[in-house]
Amino acid sequence: MESLAQNPWAALAYLIAGVCFILALRGLSSPTSSQRGNRFGMIGMTIAVVTTLVVHAPKLAGAPDAAVEHGFDIDWLAAGEILAAIGIGAAIGIVTARRIAMTAMPQLVAAFHSLVGLAAVLVAAAAFLNPLAFGIADMVHPLIGEPFLAIHQVSRIEMGLGVAIGAITFSGSVIAFLKLNGNMGGKPIMLPGRHVINLAVLVGILGLIAYFTQDQSPWIFWTITGLSFAIGFLLIIPIGGADMPVVVSMLNSYSGWAAAAMGFTLHNSAMIITGALVGSSGAILSYIMCRAMNRSFISVIAGGFGGDAGGGAGGEAKEQRPWKRGSAEDAAFLMSQADQVIIVPGYGMAVSQAQHVLREMADKLKEEGVRVKYAIHPVAGRMPGHMNVLLAEANVPYDEVFELEDINSEFAQTDVAFIIGANDVVNPAAKTDKSSPIYGMPVFDVNKAKTVLFIKRSMGGVGYAGVDNDVFYQDNTMMLLADAKKMVEEIVKALG
Amino acid sequence: MDFISILSIFVLACFVGYYVVWSVTPALHTPLMAVTNAISSVIIVGALIAAAAGGLGAAGATSKWLGLLAVVLASVNIFGGFAVTARMLAMYKKKVR
Repeated sequence: MESLAQNPWAALAYLIAGVCFILALRGLSSPTSSQRGNRFGMIGMTIAVVTTLVVHAPKLAGAPDAAVEHGFDIDWLAAGEILAAIGIGAAIGIVTARRIAMTAMPQLVAAFHSLVGLAAVLVAAAAFLNPLAFGIADMVHPLIGEPFLAIHQVSRIEMGLGVAIGAITFSGSVIAFLKLNGNMGGKPIMLPGRHVINLAVLVGILGLIAYFTQDQSPWIFWTITGLSFAIGFLLIIPIGGADMPVVVSMLNSYSGWAAAAMGFTLHNSAMIITGALVGSSGAILSYIMCRAMNRSFISVIAGGFGGDAGGGAGGEAKEQRPWKRGSAEDAAFLMSQADQVIIVPGYGMAVSQAQHVLREMADKLKEEGVRVKYAIHPVAGRMPGHMNVLLAEANVPYDEVFELEDINSEFAQTDVAFIIGANDVVNPAAKTDKSSPIYGMPVFDVNKAKTVLFIKRSMGGVGYAGVDNDVFYQDNTMMLLADAKKMVEEIVKALG
Repeated sequence: MDFISILSIFVLACFVGYYVVWSVTPALHTPLMAVTNAISSVIIVGALIAAAAGGLGAAGATSKWLGLLAVVLASVNIFGGFAVTARMLAMYKKKVR
């Protein structure tokens, strides 16, 4: 069967699809162009799918030549099965996308990544079992013995890499999903000697892929697949809940590389372009997340850091220092008298779903003539941009929401810094204490604000890094100890 | 296409990806992940080929069913990914003045 790339029209269509995907990402440079970008993505995908359906329509075996010539040899039963498969997937996908709560977005993305990974594994397996259909094998007629199908050596490497990356993406994303969804504790699970085990498995996979070029026996292919499922699992279980933004971005990257590897196998430019885009996107997001925590990628991957935020797992504060407790009424009074209030949200806001009532509070303050801004740290939440989506959901205009470097200098001229569900991202120890595990992490200078209002569930938990926070004990800090949502509701009531 | 031309597309696309993704505003990083997830499901192309191919014997039949299953999974992702991205993007609003 002719391979895809040999049909010039199809190759052109795939190229156009690839360009549409580039434009889709380009659109995300600003919220105003983003919806157009998303439509470009849909157009690109439609082009890719329709082209494939037309060029690779299922054919009836043994149809008469005349029928083949006029295109009357289409196997409509098989075509129906394919359309039904698309329909089933579409129904599941659309219903899920409509119903999912915005706070559950990190786990949804992890679940979607796992599907890409598994699809890549299935496609690689299908290509291995039926290489002729993919145009990646030739009949070999040796001098001695039966003729057999030999898969091209380059294709074997691509297929091996594709199935390995796909399987890692799948099992890794499943673990990430379970951790984000709370089915599995956020605390890192440490196996003894895990670095040695992981390294050995990785070397084993690469060795087998190399050997696969010499010997296309099925056991090699399936062993690569099995080992890759295992390594994806082993790589993610020691990583703590708070490091999930990096993990989710990394798995995003892997799903792209898996698609690219399969694109090499199929000589398909749409898949290669997309794979490269998605691969670099995930890699850049991982880099941004690591930089925002001042940690190296290697140290995150090595794991063992960061249980659940605010869970108190990090141990109690060692020394007892005096701190001030405030009430909702105090907070309401202080903020209503302010010129400017900066709100710093964190994962705790997402956990207690406080974003809507928070916006109500901001509206009331604005009515009183207070300027309200939101300050978002790159690693706030469980995935890149998590806080921004939640605030957008609560109808907070995006031009009131600022990134770390754009707003940090304003705290000195701000009357009230309102911290809700964040902790480590406002800890001055990151700047002053060289022995602190979060030393070097860029943080908000909330301590420079005239007053700090700090919503926290209790004084026990000290953030995921297990570091005490000097801000709690400042003279100008008022601790508001309660569930974030309840506290903000009370403040709204007090504002009247 | 020979291996070198495919590799060229790949390498150039990596550079395009690098510059395009850095220009994405951090506020849209979650939609970025959702949409990249949707477009990486272009792997459905491979799944469709496998599902449409007539095969030789048992291996061919298995290959076809694996392909159909992959079509379902990739479709979940495509439709779900674009729909959830659209839903998120529709929420981003400017201040009403």
